[in-house]
Amino acid sequence: MTATTAAKFPGRGMLEQTGRLFALGLDVIRMSFHRPFQAREFIQQAWFIAGVSILPAMLVSIPFGAVVSLQLGSLVSQLGAESFTGAVSVLAIIQQASPIVCALIVAGAAGAAICADIGARTIREEIDAMEVLGVSAVQRLVVPRVLASMLVAMLLNGVVSVVGVLGGYFFNVILQGGTPGAYLASFSALAQLPDLWISEIKAIIFGFMAGVVACYRGLNPPPGPKGVGDAVNQSVVITFLLLFFINFILTAVYLTIVPPKTG
Amino acid sequence: MGAEVVVEGLTKSFGSQNIWRDVTLTLPPGEVSAMLGPSGTGKSVFLKSMIGLLRPDSGKCVVNGTDIVQCSERELYETRKLFGVLFQDGALFGSMSLYDNVAFPLREHTKKSESEVKRIVLEKLEMTGLKGAEGKLPGEISGGMRKRAGLARALVLDPEIILCDEPDSGLDPVRTAYLSQLLIDLNTQIDATILVVTHNINVARTLPDNLGMLFRKELIMFGPREVLLTSEEPVVEQFLNGKRIGPIGMSEEKDTAQMAAEQAMAEAGQHHGGTEDVRGIVPQIQPTPGLPERQGEKRRKDRVMRILHTLPPAAQEGIIESLTPEEQRHYGVRPHTMAGARQAPVSESTQGQLPSDQVAQLPNHDWGTATGRVRPSGETPPGQGGVR
Repeated sequence: MTATTAAKFPGRGMLEQTGRLFALGLDVIRMSFHRPFQAREFIQQAWFIAGVSILPAMLVSIPFGAVVSLQLGSLVSQLGAESFTGAVSVLAIIQQASPIVCALIVAGAAGAAICADIGARTIREEIDAMEVLGVSAVQRLVVPRVLASMLVAMLLNGVVSVVGVLGGYFFNVILQGGTPGAYLASFSALAQLPDLWISEIKAIIFGFMAGVVACYRGLNPPPGPKGVGDAVNQSVVITFLLLFFINFILTAVYLTIVPPKTG
Repeated sequence: MGAEVVVEGLTKSFGSQNIWRDVTLTLPPGEVSAMLGPSGTGKSVFLKSMIGLLRPDSGKCVVNGTDIVQCSERELYETRKLFGVLFQDGALFGSMSLYDNVAFPLREHTKKSESEVKRIVLEKLEMTGLKGAEGKLPGEISGGMRKRAGLARALVLDPEIILCDEPDSGLDPVRTAYLSQLLIDLNTQIDATILVVTHNINVARTLPDNLGMLFRKELIMFGPREVLLTSEEPVVEQFLNGKRIGPIGMSEEKDTAQMAAEQAMAEAGQHHGGTEDVRGIVPQIQPTPGLPERQGEKRRKDRVMRILHTLPPAAQEGIIESLTPEEQRHYGVRPHTMAGARQAPVSESTQGQLPSDQVAQLPNHDWGTATGRVRPSGETPPGQGGVR
């Protein structure tokens, strides 16, 4: 009731949307622990998201590993530290590239599909009908989707890491004439176990964000069929913006907490 | 018996645009009510506010002691289980077959075995004439079938309150008549409170016990069907007859100049758009023979007879005429004796010419002098005729 009488000021709409997005995020966390868990929907969605994202993720991660490797290779060789190419490329791929890549894929491929699906249900009043039947749409539809996108992002992170490192190896060893032994031997020179942890944690958080934003835009589309299209577009853009911002903060916090290993 | 719904001072706006304000009405338990109104007067919004899908700005909507507007989320979900809602397009889940759609509420809220679910679902599907189509997806069937499937889904939990958003839209007149009959039979069988939102005149005239009308952001009337059907209110008369002459325009409202121009054209011989004069009270749909007596009708009769003296004379006359001679003796009334109600409908001029002793026979009423407008609460009535 106070909302309608509150003063208008620039940016209020944005704040309101942000607040509602957070509210949905909290609801999802709360509802995740509500019984009954929608196992069937969860598995279906996880299968679907994995299906649409594995191949693009792998195809993106190969050139990504290659670029890191090529860039570093020339730089490192100027410094005379070729033996560290492997170490640096592992660090870059596991810590930064792989969570970002799998989040972009989950947001771009799976998030868009989720947003379109829920948006279409919203404008056809299916969501209303479900709410009226006393079934929470958040618990029934949103939670399984968000959990599925978190799980797939986490698993995908592993795939992307492996494929990225392999791609880096291939380009370094075959094209740049690096020594295979040095590449492999320096793997653990800079990288350490917490790097893998932060990588997985990032992937899970990114998966959560992508799922929540997609569902939020899907549940609140602009009016009309065109609105659903707009909502999908916005959900992808908003997710990307949030991802890079969160990545920045997580990286800053991580680097403060875990001191880099000195080779 | 169905639940009573008490709506008090409900107001809803979208942003700065007011949809309706201060709507107050009571849906009597176990009776069939209908809400009329031109397109775009917020009838669907009203329904959605009643079940908590939209949050009204102020006011109360009390169902079984729970205020839908203020209650917690848990209470809201519990209360919603009392409702069965038929949406405009049926709102079926597109990814499920008709069978799964209808079975959905049972599987979510009850622990019934699958064979029992099957029995109930097939029974409801047969009731709505969808036997044999249970394997189809909502995208594969016609709009009318989707609507009936939506009704079947709304019925499986044996709701205490059934809300229907335009059950007639997209249906042919015959199917609409069947649907009206189905709603009356349902009311007889499960004694649910039913609210139908419609702009179909035939449905409005034959189906409900109580009729209301939304126009110009307000509930202009709500009461026993006879009141609205005999009303002299220009808006009501225009709406019931489907004429262009009157306060309702193509957009929400008309100005006086346009009204005058149209009146002049009609007087010059242009057709007013309506097909026939359908004022007055027509008999209500009765339950299919073989079903027990409709309890809601009985309760309504008692209730209406208690408030009879507060109703407009024409409505009183109509109500009394609809009673059997036996009932007339039971309630102690006789036709053609009510003040100012020699014939229905009564025009303004005859009301003014009544001998004062006849007017005085009606205690506590304001109908002899007022405009024939039923106000739900005691506020001052706005100007006559709706032109402001």
